[in-house]
Amino acid sequence: MIRVLTPLPVLLPLLGAATALLIGGRHPRAQRTASILVLSAVLAVSVTLLLLADAEGAAAVSVGGWPVPLGILLVVDRLSAMMLVVAGTVGLGVLVFAVGQGAADGDDETPVSIFHPTFLVLMAGVANAFLAGDLFNLYVGFEILLTASYVLLTLGGSAPRIRAGVTYIVVSLLSSLIFLAAIALVYASTGTVNMAQLAGRLADLPPGLQLLLQSMLLIAFCIKAAVFPLSAWLPDSYPTAPAPVTAVFAGLLTKVGVYSIIRTQTLLFPSGALDTVLMWAALATMVIGILGAVAQTDIRRILSFTLVSHIGYMVFGIALGTAAGLAGAIFYVVHHIAIQTTLFLVAGLIERLGGSTGVDRLGGLAKASPLLAVLFFVPAMNLAGIPPFSGFIGKLGLLEAGVAAGTWLPLTLVAGGVLTSLLTLVAMSRVWSRAFWRPAAQSPREDTFRAAAANAGPELASAPLPPADAAPSPDGAGPTAAVARGAGQPTAWARHTAVAMAIAPGIDGLGNEAEPQRPGRPLSRVMVGATAAMVAVTVALTGLAGPLYGIADRASADLRDRSPYLTAVFGGGEDVP
Amino acid sequence: MTPTVVLPVIIGGLYAAGVYLLLDRSLTRVLLGFLVLGNATNLLLLSTGGPPGLAPILGYAEAEEMSDPLPQALILTAIVITFGVAAFVLALIYRSWRLVRQEVVGVDEEDRRVARRSGTDADEMDPDQLAPEDRSAMHADTLAADRHVEAALERHFPGIPSDDVDLPQTGRGDR
Repeated sequence: MIRVLTPLPVLLPLLGAATALLIGGRHPRAQRTASILVLSAVLAVSVTLLLLADAEGAAAVSVGGWPVPLGILLVVDRLSAMMLVVAGTVGLGVLVFAVGQGAADGDDETPVSIFHPTFLVLMAGVANAFLAGDLFNLYVGFEILLTASYVLLTLGGSAPRIRAGVTYIVVSLLSSLIFLAAIALVYASTGTVNMAQLAGRLADLPPGLQLLLQSMLLIAFCIKAAVFPLSAWLPDSYPTAPAPVTAVFAGLLTKVGVYSIIRTQTLLFPSGALDTVLMWAALATMVIGILGAVAQTDIRRILSFTLVSHIGYMVFGIALGTAAGLAGAIFYVVHHIAIQTTLFLVAGLIERLGGSTGVDRLGGLAKASPLLAVLFFVPAMNLAGIPPFSGFIGKLGLLEAGVAAGTWLPLTLVAGGVLTSLLTLVAMSRVWSRAFWRPAAQSPREDTFRAAAANAGPELASAPLPPADAAPSPDGAGPTAAVARGAGQPTAWARHTAVAMAIAPGIDGLGNEAEPQRPGRPLSRVMVGATAAMVAVTVALTGLAGPLYGIADRASADLRDRSPYLTAVFGGGEDVP
Repeated sequence: MTPTVVLPVIIGGLYAAGVYLLLDRSLTRVLLGFLVLGNATNLLLLSTGGPPGLAPILGYAEAEEMSDPLPQALILTAIVITFGVAAFVLALIYRSWRLVRQEVVGVDEEDRRVARRSGTDADEMDPDQLAPEDRSAMHADTLAADRHVEAALERHFPGIPSDDVDLPQTGRGDR
């Protein structure tokens, strides 16, 4: 059963993409239905796989029936099945959101005939990366999802997207090249790229060579996961894409990198040689990322920076290397995929309703749409780690694991984690209080216009213009004072207007052309429905935290043990060198 | 087998040239750098296969005489991927040229804006930010004129008009 199901999460989206491409131009409705059906099927298969893998343990499928160390190998264990389920859920939610957006706006933002096939290819690449049983297949999975993401990020080909896409593509290409070179070196030194075989053979290499291979793989994955010194590309490139694309990128793509780090660190290099480096990277990622978020004024950029920052939590858990740390990291990955995607979808709704994502320009959204306010508030508090949400549970697990480790470096990271959580709350509550809570009239534009008018006073209209020759006397005393005051009024008005204009739309206060304010549009029911469903999923993660954390615990035990994976690949006691 | 120095030197040279090109701001050079780096990596993969042998076809050569087929399969895949991505990047460069008449890596304007940001609103000017000798008028123990403060604010926040406009000038404070 599990052998039949395992290839499906890769196969179904690829076939679906071909179908969607074929029927795309003429039957957009059929195309939408087809892609939603395909992703629903993938989700169903993934859930079945998770249940089977949790009950029966890991399983390996050799594609094409080649004997084990030769062919392409797909391995499903608790970790990969869990990732598949979350990826399927998130992908489906985002797809429905995109369909709603396409139906409401026409196809300007997301040209349907390209969007759907590319999105399905992206999901196939993600699934392939999660299931890959050898390093080269992992590379191929990465390339599939990256190539699809290049197309999605530059969808529509407008100037800002091309600019952002170029940065993203060049960085991704570099990381892929490092990854490929690492694979070449691994093959040169061990004669295999099969991960289960590597698990045995890498340990025999000289320590220096091991360290080189491990650091090359880690650098490649850390670029993809946006771990701090290698994270600058992310907040630059993500915010310009259409809302559903940013949402799925933020949720999934970085987490594929995190997943690969988990695999490398547990299966290939269990000695933990670079754990200290990873800890420092995790600390820097958390703190610097969240400081970036606090400085931003655009919701999508704030969210991009919190995304970078919270990757630090997962790296922290991985670097701890203990069972509790890994379990915490796995649970946090699941939580963070769901929550970050949801928040980006909400940002899409905010942009739609308010016409902008700049918190300085928004206002009064809580009154304009109480539903949207709830949809933002719940995941925002979840992200910040307010009990009882799943963010709190995940952070608590990681912090406990850090305290249990006991030495000074994990304790420093625990402190950094708490600080990051607090600053996340600051960033989120700033968005909340500015975009949602303050009355619309208080957004600076209207505020200053009105203040200028009020300050200029009602007399302005009625005040007689001073006669041209009646220059006010220097000391301003005597009967000319009133005239002088009257003459002052137009000047006052001019200065106030100047201040007001400095923040008026079109000019951003530094004299630069700002993004033009678009009029808000009503929310589409499908988009709100999809977002609400994703919010429900994040809340359900809290309810299901017990069973999920149980699976994460068992997955972490499997990872540290390594034998379930090896047994699944080699089939029992037979020892393949 | 006799170790050869030619391949490592070529690979190293290609990597050096590729990284140099990749660091350039012009997108065409970045693309060329990517292609050079891709070829360097392919050569690296090729060199992992050990000494060259006969074509790995059953019936054509004995198993001992064959060269290792796996690196060749990996290289083929890598070449296809490099080719596809290079085509996409070319299209991107062309599009960038059509749109903004330049093909360099762009600047993240929003990031620059956040980095440069300072008070844009007269209300955000805090007299406490002024040097002690400049902030006399806001404190009750001095008699200096308001316009000294105005002048100090003007020095510290050039280009932003004052909000203190509706009050008559208190020019007598410094007499």
